[in-house]
Amino acid sequence: MTSSMRGPICFAIMAALLMIVGFGQSWSVALSIINLCLISSIMALGLNMQWGYAGLFNVGVMGFAALGGVAAVLVSMPPIQEAWTAGGWDMLWTLAMLIGTVLAVLGVRRLVPSGGLRIILTLVVLLCGYGLIRVFFDPAADAIEDVNPAKTGYLGGLGLPILLAWPVGGLVAAGAAWLIAKIALGLRADYLAIATLGIAEIILAVLKNEDWLARGVKNVSGLERPVPYEVELQASAQFESRAHAIGMETVEASTILVKLCYAGLFLAVLVVIMVLAQKALHSPWGRMMRAIRDNEVSAEAMGKNVTRRHLEIFVIGGAVMGVAGAMLTTLDGQFTPGTYQPLRFTFLIWVMVIVGGSGNNWGAVLGGFFIWFIWIEAEPAGLWLMDFITSGLSPESALRAHLLQGAAYMRLCVMGLILLLALRFAPRGLIPEPVRR
Amino acid sequence: MEGLINAIVLFSNFVLIPGMAYGSQLALGALGVTLIYSILRFANFAHGDLMAFGTMFVILITWWLQSIGVGIDPLPTALLALPFGMAAAIAISLLSDRFVYRFYRRNKSPAVIFVIVSIGVMFLMNGLVRVIIGPNDREFGDGARFLIKAREFKEATGLNEGLALKLSQGLTIAVTFVVVIALFWFLQKSRTGKAMRAYSDNEDLALLSGVSPDRVVIVAWVIAGSLATIAGTLYGLDKSFKPFTYFQLLLPIFAAAIVGGIGHPVGAVVGGYVIAFSEVTVTYAYKKFLIYIVPESWEPESLVQLLSTEYKFAVSFVILVVVLLVRPTGIFKGKVL
Repeated sequence: MTSSMRGPICFAIMAALLMIVGFGQSWSVALSIINLCLISSIMALGLNMQWGYAGLFNVGVMGFAALGGVAAVLVSMPPIQEAWTAGGWDMLWTLAMLIGTVLAVLGVRRLVPSGGLRIILTLVVLLCGYGLIRVFFDPAADAIEDVNPAKTGYLGGLGLPILLAWPVGGLVAAGAAWLIAKIALGLRADYLAIATLGIAEIILAVLKNEDWLARGVKNVSGLERPVPYEVELQASAQFESRAHAIGMETVEASTILVKLCYAGLFLAVLVVIMVLAQKALHSPWGRMMRAIRDNEVSAEAMGKNVTRRHLEIFVIGGAVMGVAGAMLTTLDGQFTPGTYQPLRFTFLIWVMVIVGGSGNNWGAVLGGFFIWFIWIEAEPAGLWLMDFITSGLSPESALRAHLLQGAAYMRLCVMGLILLLALRFAPRGLIPEPVRR
Repeated sequence: MEGLINAIVLFSNFVLIPGMAYGSQLALGALGVTLIYSILRFANFAHGDLMAFGTMFVILITWWLQSIGVGIDPLPTALLALPFGMAAAIAISLLSDRFVYRFYRRNKSPAVIFVIVSIGVMFLMNGLVRVIIGPNDREFGDGARFLIKAREFKEATGLNEGLALKLSQGLTIAVTFVVVIALFWFLQKSRTGKAMRAYSDNEDLALLSGVSPDRVVIVAWVIAGSLATIAGTLYGLDKSFKPFTYFQLLLPIFAAAIVGGIGHPVGAVVGGYVIAFSEVTVTYAYKKFLIYIVPESWEPESLVQLLSTEYKFAVSFVILVVVLLVRPTGIFKGKVL
């Protein structure tokens, strides 16, 4: 098999797998899988830029995705007037204090020569800033959270169309990525990994506990949808007659149409990002990126600004993950910070990139599809396998019940196995990065 | 004067003792990470799940011992089961080394590849633990609950504040003390320990002097697996066992190893306590403590809590990031990754 045929063949196999689900299970299930495959592909593209183009070991994908998700809430939900009057202005003051403190610290560090005095002054400024922030923040947060806590208790959003949240999610994540890059990019690979893992946990901790921002673990649900509601479609006589014309039940046709609409939107985003990513990869900028990845020292000797390029790619990759995170929240119709787990949102994306082929955008997309497909289908498969293995035991056996209960977690083992096998026998992935001479 | 004593007792009860116990658990975990780092030269992301794996076996054996009525009351039965759990953790470590890590070691792969490989191992162990014992909280502690009870302490001393010392906390501190001394003796005095230090310091020179690399690696895994199981079991006895919590423990453990100076055993121990005490002191509400020591008119109205307890993990990471930026070698000069 020539390497140029590898990609199309892999994608054809992937399409066949999805067709099997479509005919075997149902098209509704197949479309649900496809929608999440598309989102996963975009996340994998973002990670591929950071790891595949530039060799940056980012294990904080979850944090960027969650920031994109919270952006969806803050853009699309209507603002809550009572909460703004109760504590909105104090909250803005808090923000001003925070920015002021950061600026003051930076000022001290720039003006005072390094030594004991600088450390003491920095600490003093930090403590004063912290005290001031608490004075404004605590009453504001309490006041906001007391506004109808069962339903709102947060500031609400801007009440804008949710599609706008996708680019905004990207921007928010890019801002965070810039900050993280400024702090952590100087570190060597393992340290960068540990630092990003920790920063992602901190982002999640903030989103879970700051109820005034987006209700924390109480979740914000009922986000606006960019596509029609099933109920509305079912109520329309025109839709009903069309559905019957192609021989489908109204209910089934409505769910499939809604999912198709989502799939169309996601596909459009994927195509745009893919085109841009490919253009970037083949531009002089992309060549420079790969040169830096392959040999940082000689690239630097050629006068390339390694730190600057790393910062750029980290921010761009983070932005792409943020867009994907906002899309995911849109699809779910709710923002649930409690469901963000590093295994699902960070390490699974890593498996996608490694298995697909790091450094190759097509590989990342394929990995996104393939790994998400396995992640979903491994659950019923694991259950079936465990049922088969334990079929010798009596149906009342406690061991059998226990094992069947745990079978859903077989997919974690499967993922580990896939990752290890890929690293061992196909370290360059399903669609390897082309060797350019 | 009595106010001051009450304040000290209060502080010991809610900060000092829990901090010591948690710090010991982190120290044992960080020792394993640091050892693997200095011998195999990568940050092992699977260490938290190795802890969970070993502890899971301890729990299963403990349940079995409890069901046949074997115990060492007042000590927890888990201590009897500990060697079996350690054996299981060592077995899976050696298996993963033989079938996974050895290939990359022989190929002299870069450290990043090792880290990604350890993520694969992490997935695998994570799944195994959840399939075998399930994702939920498991209780396995038994025996006496307290060494010192708060009420008895109050009666004996006549103070307002009670001091409680849980058996699990006392046990944690004692076991850590013994294990750390034994480990340091081993590393400093025994022939194998010296070989390990030599290998960690300069691989080529050690090979020239006849140190067998395979043996060193095996011993490193044996120690790391044992330490992980001990740390995991003590943590489980002190709090409770839940696979996801153990996965999350990876973060403070890394922080402890790096803050102390990665590759440096003393640093790992010190780092464990530094991280634990900063987590506990920053999230403790000082209101009651201050009431005892300041004049009445100064009494605080708020809780005087610097950060809410939900941000515990964040504390260790802020420290980690600051150390990485200011002094990447850690408190004791460890290696720079």
